[in-house]
Amino acid sequence: MNNSILNTIIRKPAVLILEDGAVFRGRAFGAVGEAGGEVVFNTSMTGYQEVLTDPSYYGQIVTMTYPLIGNYGVNEEDVESSKIQVAGFIVKEISQIPSNWRSTRSLEEWMLSQHIVGLCGVDTRALVRKLRTYGVMRGVISTEDGTEADIHAKIDAVPSMIGADLVRSVTTNESYRWKDRLHPTYHSKIFTKSANPLCVLAFDFGIKQNILRHLTERGCEVHVVPAYTDADEIRALQPDGIFLSNGPGDPEPVTYAIHTIQQLLGSYPIFGICLGHQVLGLALGGTTYKLKFGHRGANQPVKHLKSGKIDITSQNHGFCVDMESIRDKKVEVTHINLNDNTVEGLESRELRCFSVQYHPEASPGPYDAAHHFDRFVRMMTGDKDE
Amino acid sequence: MNETELKNIILQAKQFGFSDRQLGYLWGVSESDIRRLRKRLAIVPVFKTVDTCAAEFEAFTPYHYSTYETESEVRPSEKGKIVILGGGPNRIGQGIEFDYCCVHAVMALREIGYETIMINSNPETVSTDYDTADRLYFEPLTFEDVMHIIEAEQPKGVIVQFGGQTPLKLAVPLERAGVNILGTSPDSIDLAEDRKRFGALLEELRINQPPNGTATTVAEAKTIANRIGYPVLVRPSYVLGGRAMEIVYDENRLSTYMKRAVQVSPEHPVLIDKYLEDAVEVDVDAVSDMSDVYVGGIMEHIEFAGIHSGDSACVIPPRTLMSETVDTICAQTITLAKALHACGLMNIQYAVTRRDGAEQVYVLEVNPRASRTVPFVSKATGVPLAKIAAKIMAGISLASFGLPPRPTIHHIAVKEAVLPFLKFPGVDILLGPEMRSTGEVMGIDTDFGRAYAKAQAGAGMMLPEPNPPLDKRQVVISVTDRDKPAIVESARWLAEMGFELLATGGTFEFLRQHKIPSKRVFKVKEDRPHIVDIMKNLNTALVINTPLDASSAYDELALRRCALEHHIPYVTTVAAARAAVLGIRSNLKENLQVKAIQDYFST
Repeated sequence: MNNSILNTIIRKPAVLILEDGAVFRGRAFGAVGEAGGEVVFNTSMTGYQEVLTDPSYYGQIVTMTYPLIGNYGVNEEDVESSKIQVAGFIVKEISQIPSNWRSTRSLEEWMLSQHIVGLCGVDTRALVRKLRTYGVMRGVISTEDGTEADIHAKIDAVPSMIGADLVRSVTTNESYRWKDRLHPTYHSKIFTKSANPLCVLAFDFGIKQNILRHLTERGCEVHVVPAYTDADEIRALQPDGIFLSNGPGDPEPVTYAIHTIQQLLGSYPIFGICLGHQVLGLALGGTTYKLKFGHRGANQPVKHLKSGKIDITSQNHGFCVDMESIRDKKVEVTHINLNDNTVEGLESRELRCFSVQYHPEASPGPYDAAHHFDRFVRMMTGDKDE
Repeated sequence: MNETELKNIILQAKQFGFSDRQLGYLWGVSESDIRRLRKRLAIVPVFKTVDTCAAEFEAFTPYHYSTYETESEVRPSEKGKIVILGGGPNRIGQGIEFDYCCVHAVMALREIGYETIMINSNPETVSTDYDTADRLYFEPLTFEDVMHIIEAEQPKGVIVQFGGQTPLKLAVPLERAGVNILGTSPDSIDLAEDRKRFGALLEELRINQPPNGTATTVAEAKTIANRIGYPVLVRPSYVLGGRAMEIVYDENRLSTYMKRAVQVSPEHPVLIDKYLEDAVEVDVDAVSDMSDVYVGGIMEHIEFAGIHSGDSACVIPPRTLMSETVDTICAQTITLAKALHACGLMNIQYAVTRRDGAEQVYVLEVNPRASRTVPFVSKATGVPLAKIAAKIMAGISLASFGLPPRPTIHHIAVKEAVLPFLKFPGVDILLGPEMRSTGEVMGIDTDFGRAYAKAQAGAGMMLPEPNPPLDKRQVVISVTDRDKPAIVESARWLAEMGFELLATGGTFEFLRQHKIPSKRVFKVKEDRPHIVDIMKNLNTALVINTPLDASSAYDELALRRCALEHHIPYVTTVAAARAAVLGIRSNLKENLQVKAIQDYFST
């Protein structure tokens, strides 16, 4: 019998227990042990490597809805940060035979090398239906032989997302200059490049590297700075524009960054993505709230209200800017999500800032919304229309 | 292996998609052994929903599939439910018309308040549209998969007779498993399908069938053929759609057929029937509720018996049959329906031979199920046979529909097969006992010629008009000796209508003897410019070519392919030639008018 098939048969039993007591049985893959976190699901059919390394998933156990994961292995390039960020990973079936010319090893080997606990053979559709109905909740994956009661006790120790400042755990400790451009596969001649490089300061709340690649691709000189960098330090660097990155968890506890941005508003063009968008919303006087089960996937339809144009977007967020909270502020809601009509984009022409809740850098997902990077570049070059 | 290991390995196998039957085969036990073992170990599938959004949002499409998982998304209702089994995957040689019957059954059962559950696995059909039935299970039509759904849904009954042969084969195993089969009982189905039982029944009812026999060895086959006389129609007993069926004219060909085409064995006997030469084939669709029978339509085939009924053009009402013959066919249909306790649809194929001004009726086969002609008959006569049959199976009496004993229509409807030959380069376009059509069209008018011409136009073949232009007036005629007498009248009419006849050697001589002017042309192997060269000049309006013999096979294939590829109308039987000539004489273009099908029934 094929070794890999034997493997699946003899895999160790493992379990996921949710905070409401629900038990999902499967088998262990990747590292053995226990992992706790908020259990969420992602509907992308591909892009598991980008998902696993996206710092926005920090503290979360991610379930992929697509039934076969790992089939094209992992490579050196398709990473969004230096390591796997998720707390745990749940799939229906883990592919035993990766096949892709770029693949350097299997998903399972990679997870093992970074001590990430995985659970396979789970009825992921049942799990998703549960999370969709009752909302995301905390849970623990265990490959150990302990009792369910033991595991239950550990769920209570998993911190709640609401009120936790996860940005501090993932932001860089030191500033650095980013140099890589997009992977050669995606190089495009249509991207505008300015003769004098624009200096962009990127706040790292858990930044995805593909954002940095997109900015660099467009001729920006990108300096990544820690999330807690204060306004004076920023001003001293005399940037052409400020970028607010994506990141994990609740934006409200990130008060230091919100405060900094309030001081910088109006002085520089500002562009925010995901958590950066929420932080900008808070800086402009709005509030945020937690969605029932969030938006995580690569096919979220977003409508630009002024033009009626729809972009299919990549998303990963559990929190959202409250539409009501910014109704009377100097800011306009530019985009909404067509699945649930929540806020997906903000802008203030007066303060020269805009932000989107979704990921124009994709990774994984469609490039429909990559035009936002071009717009940011035009704003920095002083284009009057922007 | 302990119980847990056994459970794990079976569950894994089921998740990998192994059927009970395959596991039984691998482990040397029966399918039912595996089924029992699985049930004891509580390994049963659950049903999930097709929602196109990976469960991210709640879906309301009642569209389900089975899988070996933990949670079932299906909540069976408490309503009275009827399961309809569809036809499964479709291929050339199987009528998609069965899907029409399934869809009509769903509509009819809904009208009388049942919840309808469709089981089918062909995504290209209407029955598998998510809004056709109240609930759709996208599952294979196998005993294992159908039983899982029946166990989950607990329906009042299951209809197996609308989806063709595939679900019909499940009737006996399902009934044995305690499932209520609606309509004609599995025993009656078996009676009609079992050659021995059916032969005995016909004898008892004093109904004729062509002499026949069943052979399990080559020697047996020769004995049978000698007894009943050549030519004989031979076919394996286990295939659908007339595949591997052949008309055999002598012992040599019979041996070759038995050795080459068929692996004959006691489990797979070969059926041998007397081939009734020049017989007219007649198809009848009827509906019965065991006490009354409605003869829904009597279709006369235009091609002679031997051409698969799915490929043959046919006409309602019968055109050339004597009225006594039509009465006999009606009476025999009613007798057979009652003898078989048919409940629902039934199809009977008859052959009528003519000798010395008398007609003789033979029963070829009885299918106690929906046939591929049900949509044609229903549309031609305005009586929805499949809907009526579905309601009868649910317990409503035939009498309550207030139908006349036979349909009365004042128009003529012609069904023509749509053939896919253009899509298959190099394939011969001859018709035979093996079904090759992939669709059908209907032409309807008050005159046969016009109805036929419309049907041809619908099938993609525009017949020429009388008095053709000079550059489009050639008709190529090349027919076998057997067909020569029958072609004379058609040839004369064509000449009278201003066509220039081009004929190959033998045909040319024969026409000259009958004082019909024609021009001799070379066969491909004779010299150039030959018949195909001439056709390539595109001055040809029609090709009449019936199969000759093996020596000219290449010649004819080239001719017919050329006609096909250059969109030159062609016919390959004398009967079709005659119908085509009538079609040309009807001068369709001159007389073409638009009339809605409903208008034919309003008067």
